[in-house]
Amino acid sequence: MTTPASQPSTLFDKVWNAHEILRDDNGRSLLWIDRHFVHEGSFHAFDKLRERGLPVAWPELTFGIADHYVPTLRRRGDPVGDPAIRGMIEQLNDNTDRNGIALFGLDDPRQGIVHVVGPEQGLTQPGLIMVCGDSHTATHGAFGTIAFGIGASEVAHVLATQTLWQTRPKQMRLTVTGHLAPGVTAKDIALTWIARLGADGARGHAIEYAGDAIEALSMEARLTLCNLSIEGGARCGLVAPDETTLTYLRGRPLGPQDAEFEQAARYWSSLRTDDGACFDRDVVIEAAEIAPTVTWGVSPEDALPIDQQVPDPAAMEDGEKARQARDSLDYMGLTPGQKLTEVVIDRVFIGSCTNARIEDLRAAAAVLKGRRASVPGLVSPGSSLVKLQAESEGLHEIFLAAGLEWRASGCSMCVGMNGDQVASGERCASTTNRNFKGRQGPGARTHLMSPAMVAAAAVTGRLTDVRAL
Amino acid sequence: MQPLTRFSALACPLPLSNLDTDQIVPARFMKQPRSAGYGQFLLHDLRYDTEGNAQLDFILNHPEAKDARTLVARRNFGAGSSREAAVYALVDFGFRCVVAPSFGDIFSANAVNNGLLPATVEEADLELLFDYLSDRPAPLDVDLELCRLRAGELEIPFIVNPVWRIKLINGWDDIGMTQRHRAAIDRFAMERLRDLPWVSPARPAPSGEFLAPKAKR
Repeated sequence: MTTPASQPSTLFDKVWNAHEILRDDNGRSLLWIDRHFVHEGSFHAFDKLRERGLPVAWPELTFGIADHYVPTLRRRGDPVGDPAIRGMIEQLNDNTDRNGIALFGLDDPRQGIVHVVGPEQGLTQPGLIMVCGDSHTATHGAFGTIAFGIGASEVAHVLATQTLWQTRPKQMRLTVTGHLAPGVTAKDIALTWIARLGADGARGHAIEYAGDAIEALSMEARLTLCNLSIEGGARCGLVAPDETTLTYLRGRPLGPQDAEFEQAARYWSSLRTDDGACFDRDVVIEAAEIAPTVTWGVSPEDALPIDQQVPDPAAMEDGEKARQARDSLDYMGLTPGQKLTEVVIDRVFIGSCTNARIEDLRAAAAVLKGRRASVPGLVSPGSSLVKLQAESEGLHEIFLAAGLEWRASGCSMCVGMNGDQVASGERCASTTNRNFKGRQGPGARTHLMSPAMVAAAAVTGRLTDVRAL
Repeated sequence: MQPLTRFSALACPLPLSNLDTDQIVPARFMKQPRSAGYGQFLLHDLRYDTEGNAQLDFILNHPEAKDARTLVARRNFGAGSSREAAVYALVDFGFRCVVAPSFGDIFSANAVNNGLLPATVEEADLELLFDYLSDRPAPLDVDLELCRLRAGELEIPFIVNPVWRIKLINGWDDIGMTQRHRAAIDRFAMERLRDLPWVSPARPAPSGEFLAPKAKR
């Protein structure tokens, strides 16, 4: 297939086009999938395959990782107490083992959350298409790769064929100009744009994040930003690879090494949006307008700068928005007009694929150093290797001295599947990605924010502007 | 998959926005195999109180809801988690169609893969539909050939991705279709791995042989 050389194209187009095996009469593309991750929840897909008597076509391109159900309060090698949870983990062992799929299982020293382990091991690289039966797969887009979450039927399709049928999404460029103020993070960029455009604001779109403020972000911060693309409804989010990307990738165990790395790096560096390429939508945000942000409601779009007040539904013109806000405030136990900094919390959680990388733990520890948390809370590192790294830096001692629990790695209290839950009616300041009703446990009330902001809330027992500490 | 062209059945009004998949099927039920039947978990924490008593004013607890085939909701239905279990819950409860002004992208794809129609309507038309349904299940015709909903005098167009429409009408399954392209896939893979050798990942060392790298600052 030849494309006119004069036609400028986007990073997304370049990656997509390189994976298109064929296009059908209806305009759907059959795409090659370079990487596929499965976790405990992927059992429905393996069941589907078994029902049809189909083998896994390319087992060396799928990787299993135990994360959603793994207990965080257990010593390596000890049995898993809860039989139902043990069953989920053993089922993943069986399904990967039977199909010749490599597994980072419960007791593997590299185990962790799939979206932390992929980059850490060098499985995530620029210019790939990566999928996983998990909506936060968008995370890997931080490397300039197309990465998106899929359902069980599509997981089965990838296992059986290493391909997927997809309709090319629309494209949106989200440019953040200027420089972020101190105390403002990738989490705040994400919550700000989602609050502005809505939780379905980027529906049907692939986002390319661009601009000075994005280029200045570390790999960890880009991962946080891309991770939250789905919370604004986007199919995926990408950042063009640059020196920061290459530096992160060099020497990763499962990526290319030495001469092959240099060869790969030349290709990766070509993956940029050409000048004059067209986007269906262009959104620009000034970095200076972004403040430390927290959520007050039950959708990530319900987010406001920390110095603001809980909205008053009576003052809203849109009747449906007002009804939704009333419902949110009722569930969250908040009063209209209440200052966000007056909201009292019951516990904190630092963890998840959004904000549990080493930089996140450092940021939280920097706030907690020499201080005591006034509420209980968990810290669950994004991977077992992040945990090790944090311990080598003494961060765990800061968390423990502050009165927080230092746990093992897994999805933990972000989704509560392993039993780490927020009790009904309790309010949690959390570094996670979803403040949905019941997400952290039935009746749980979640406020999303950056790791430093969670640490600040832990110290004061209220939602707090970290810049004041 | 069972083909879907048109049907007449009761529709349930559920005038809520942002019904994410965590609410459609709470995570704690997802350890169950599909054979357990996921209909019992549909919108569980809206249907039942914390003691497990049915919330009698919730629409799915209406005596006629079990015969409903269409659910009508507000914007951003099925946002969030990619869990296909959300679709299993709807399908196992008996639904064949969800009507809303917008859907989560992953949810829509999952729906179509299970023969459930995500029908997108205009906000204004949705309000007409809610006015008609009031607060109880009421008859609604769903016509996927014409992309139209009909109830008495009321006629409302809906939008669905044309590819998905064809898939639903024919009850097609992707794996079957894709396997016809096996040769093209194999040829593509061979060329890709030859031209860009680094895209083949190294095989991880077995867990027992893996030595954690010395942590560096």
